[in-house]
Amino acid sequence: MSGKKIICRCNDVTVEGVERLIDSGITDIEEIKRLLRIGMGPCQGRTCIPIVISILARKTGKRQEDIPLPKSRVPIMPVRVEVLVGGADE
Amino acid sequence: MSKIAIIGGGIIGVATAYELAKLGEEVILFEKNYFGSGSTFRCATGIRAQFTDEANIRLMKYAIERWERLEEELGAEIGFRHSGYLFLATSEEEVEAFKNNIKLQNSFGVPTRLIDMDEAKEIVPPLNTEPFLAGAWNPMDGKANPFKTLFAYLTKAKEMGVDAREHTEVVALEREGDKIIAVKFRSNGKVESVKVDALLNAANAWAPLINEMAGLSRELVPITAYKHQLVKTEPLKPGQVEPLVCPPSWNDSYLIQDGEDGGIICGSGIEHKAKSLDDYEPTYDFLRGVLKYAVQIIPAIRHAHIVRQWAGFYAKTPDKNPAIGRLLDNFYIAAGFSGHGFMMAPAVAQAMAEFMTKGKSKVPLDWEWYDPYRFERGELRSSAFQIG
Ligand SMILES: Cc1cc2nc3c(=O)[nH]c(=O)nc-3n(C[C@H](O)[C@H](O)[C@H](O)COP(=O)(O)OP(=O)(O)OC[C@H]3O[C@@H](n4cnc5c(N)ncnc54)[C@H](O)[C@@H]3O)c2cc1C
Ligand code: FES
Repeated sequence: MSGKKIICRCNDVTVEGVERLIDSGITDIEEIKRLLRIGMGPCQGRTCIPIVISILARKTGKRQEDIPLPKSRVPIMPVRVEVLVGGADE
Repeated sequence: MSKIAIIGGGIIGVATAYELAKLGEEVILFEKNYFGSGSTFRCATGIRAQFTDEANIRLMKYAIERWERLEEELGAEIGFRHSGYLFLATSEEEVEAFKNNIKLQNSFGVPTRLIDMDEAKEIVPPLNTEPFLAGAWNPMDGKANPFKTLFAYLTKAKEMGVDAREHTEVVALEREGDKIIAVKFRSNGKVESVKVDALLNAANAWAPLINEMAGLSRELVPITAYKHQLVKTEPLKPGQVEPLVCPPSWNDSYLIQDGEDGGIICGSGIEHKAKSLDDYEPTYDFLRGVLKYAVQIIPAIRHAHIVRQWAGFYAKTPDKNPAIGRLLDNFYIAAGFSGHGFMMAPAVAQAMAEFMTKGKSKVPLDWEWYDPYRFERGELRSSAFQIG
């Protein structure tokens, strides 16, 4: 994988950025998520989380199945506020 | 040099570990999950000196002075800025109350002022000014990034020799007379023990369980875990809702723009008693409730998308003031922050570290006000004004 490859489109995170963080000793997926904001964009990490897990597995020697998926947050798809509050009155 | 153990890897435990290391102490820090996994990573990022009692105002004025210099001290970006807090009044009585609070805050050097709605609109361009009569505005209040702040403290603490252990749960304490002499902890299924000279309970919502391990009653410091939730919108242009905006009479509902990605964080005083100490499930009634207020404060939010909702704990005491002080000879507590632990951390951590090692501190922290034994004596403080 090339160093400048973007793996999180929502938050512009590169492979290099993830690798640098892991090299600095941060290997907990929940911590990586919050420091780089992977998985915190509107898509909730659908594309980036699996890639980060594979990098993490490769660098730490853990099996991918042993790395827990970070919790995704409701709503699963972005919802417009007006749908939730109803009506057009202010 | 003595060995000091800290239970709880939230902002309070981590910042205190750093402050103790700065004083040359040997520190071991235990976090049962990952660092920040308790309340800290769920907070709304707000930092304010606009309280309604002397103790909290003076403590927070000092804390904000530390926040200003923290980035330089820790050598890492933490995203602190003076983005202000804007409280909005909906009645004449509230305007009077604001005036009294402002007078008290001013007397301790906090520069809050009463502003009209034209000025409020300049500060928060999309604000719906119609329901409001006046604002209490302190431009020195602010916000910071909880993730970056915790890691900045943690990285520095580790550099200074703190033995920081995550995924390591404290399971028992060994007590001799009025002293804690050892801490038992479990990590990777293995239980080990370490001898300690002093211990700090910084476990916030879980603090009563730690007190129980020390042979004290859970009720001595009665902390209840209330589920407090937040909802976040997609990013809006920066500068739209820079300060925290809150009409307290609307169920303490508030809005603040995330300093990093520009999404609007919406909170409200709608609370649920947590079913257990792992009950982080967000609720639909909160989502609808909070948005009902949010669109009245900033009508444009109606057209934004909600991208995320989450829950955390307001570790509440009966008077909504934290318990900070000594419980036994060498056993201390700083917990029960009732929604203010992030903003208070730089001041409380320094005060606690100095208190534990020297018996006193130069931080203007009123030990009597926060005394952990006040509940047992039935001596509650005036309720701290709650809001992120
Ligand atoms: C939705 C929400 C919004 C908020 N908004 C704001 C805000 O705007 N401004 C503000 O100042 N505050 C805010 N707060 C409050 C703030 O988040 C907390 O007061 C603060 O994070 C408390 O930090 P702490 O270190 O005391 O506790 P925590 O971060 O909860 O840390 C305690 C840690 O102890 C660990 N632990 C517990 N038991 C054990 C054990 N046996 N062994 C090892 N570790 C253990 C836990 O895993 C946890 O990580 C908010 C809170 C919530 C929930
Ligand atoms: S690609 Fe990472 S959160 Fe969307």
